[in-house]
Amino acid sequence: MQRHLISAADLTRDDAVLILDTAEEMARVADRPIKKLPTLRGRTVVNLFFEDSTRTRISFEAAEKRLSADVINFTAKGSSVSKGESLKDTAQTLEAMGVDAVVIRHGASGAPYRLATSGWIDAHVINAGDGTHQHPTQALLDAFTMRRRLVGRDAGLGQDLNGRRITLVGDVLHSRVARSNVDLLHTLGAEVTLVAPPTLLPVGVETWPCEVSYDLDSTLPKSDAVMMLRVQRERMNAAFFPTEREYSRRYGLDGERMARMPEHAIVMHPGPMVRGMEITAEVADSDRCTVVEQVANGVSIRMAVLYLLLGGAEFQAPSTSAAPARTAEEN
Amino acid sequence: MDTHDPASPPASQADARPVLEAPDIARVMTRIAHEIVERAKGADDVVLLGIPTRGVFLARRLADRLEQITERKVPVGSLDITMYRDDLRLQPPRALARTEIPGDGIDGKLVVLVDDVLFSGRTIRAALDALNDIGRPRAVQLAVLVDRGHRELPIRADYVGKNLPTSLRETVKVLLAEEDGRDTVLLGAKQTSQ
Repeated sequence: MQRHLISAADLTRDDAVLILDTAEEMARVADRPIKKLPTLRGRTVVNLFFEDSTRTRISFEAAEKRLSADVINFTAKGSSVSKGESLKDTAQTLEAMGVDAVVIRHGASGAPYRLATSGWIDAHVINAGDGTHQHPTQALLDAFTMRRRLVGRDAGLGQDLNGRRITLVGDVLHSRVARSNVDLLHTLGAEVTLVAPPTLLPVGVETWPCEVSYDLDSTLPKSDAVMMLRVQRERMNAAFFPTEREYSRRYGLDGERMARMPEHAIVMHPGPMVRGMEITAEVADSDRCTVVEQVANGVSIRMAVLYLLLGGAEFQAPSTSAAPARTAEEN
Repeated sequence: MDTHDPASPPASQADARPVLEAPDIARVMTRIAHEIVERAKGADDVVLLGIPTRGVFLARRLADRLEQITERKVPVGSLDITMYRDDLRLQPPRALARTEIPGDGIDGKLVVLVDDVLFSGRTIRAALDALNDIGRPRAVQLAVLVDRGHRELPIRADYVGKNLPTSLRETVKVLLAEEDGRDTVLLGAKQTSQ
């Protein structure tokens, strides 16, 4: 694995499977009376959120606390950023405080990459969503949910999603979740189809490792998992479709459409859902919808990522230091 | 924990000397099972927890023997101690193994930890920490196939398959049929390259 987690495209198949397998063990901690591991004791993690987020920030915070890391929450509102401080100055402030990892969400695509590669800080950088670019931990928790449901909890260990047909429906243009998912699912061997009105597909989508369709009804019977994306009204500054009603009639998932999916197929949503728009209440509340499961799996995945990035020795660290020759076989 | 160092080439195994063969291991496991029953006066509340990887197989073998002796099923599980290690920061992150606690839990039970080799004692310290987060056993005991000495912590085993005086330049490797295709304990020389 690399030092940072910036993009789902940076992960190899083996990295991704290792993260999913680790998350499967982390998930068991949630069933214990004491939901805590001492692994990251003494490490400091900053949640640097320049953009609003509830579930991602809470999920990261829960994961950090379950691994006993010290957590500092930094939200742009009411901070020095609202007074005009630059990303560089914020980063250097954090560096001076001796931070071990930065979980960053930023409205600008590429901000986490800048933070990781600029030399401003030594900390590990984990991308928690940047603009319309990437949201790698979301893609990982989605893949984790698919593997659990489609392959099985124990049967899935060590496995990828080879040959599974995954359909992503909706606002692909503004969706970092869609980008991350396409990258990761392709790496894991799944066949991905994007379904969206042409106006909500980004330029260059034909170069992505996936199929594109404008017709939801013909794609549904050939899907093992259908992921509905939220229509991101806050990022829309033009008329991408005539009316909301027309959008939900053509691209929304209702009970009738769900019935056309194969028996075993699941419905996913990264949240927050807009009921009545891309998904009806009937579908959202059905057993086949994994939204709540995805949230629980998010904590396990983030614990796995934090453990794999922060839990061991630094890769560049000189191995001569305190490590005795015997560490390879301690009993 | 096991002494399987992925870096150690099979060449070192070639000149390794077997100190316990399959029949010895079988006899030793039977003896330990009887000792557990004797000390626990019937093994009513015994829970066996193996430390991955090879401790888990040994724990299952012990459970089978205890069942034969007491004619009662003995709960058996596994306890992964990776997240509790004191040397996590000295090496790249390790893959996690499975922790499987039997359905009735460990509260008020006699937990017998099972591992293949007892060496520095640091694995067992980590296991005691891990147990602490899972429940409160009535007592904790330790069963190992091989005790090779060189303790770095005040820890001792309650049931020992074989005491094996070693030097720090030697390696002890336990091979079990479930994982390695055969049962044997090998004593070899450590690579000088380490």
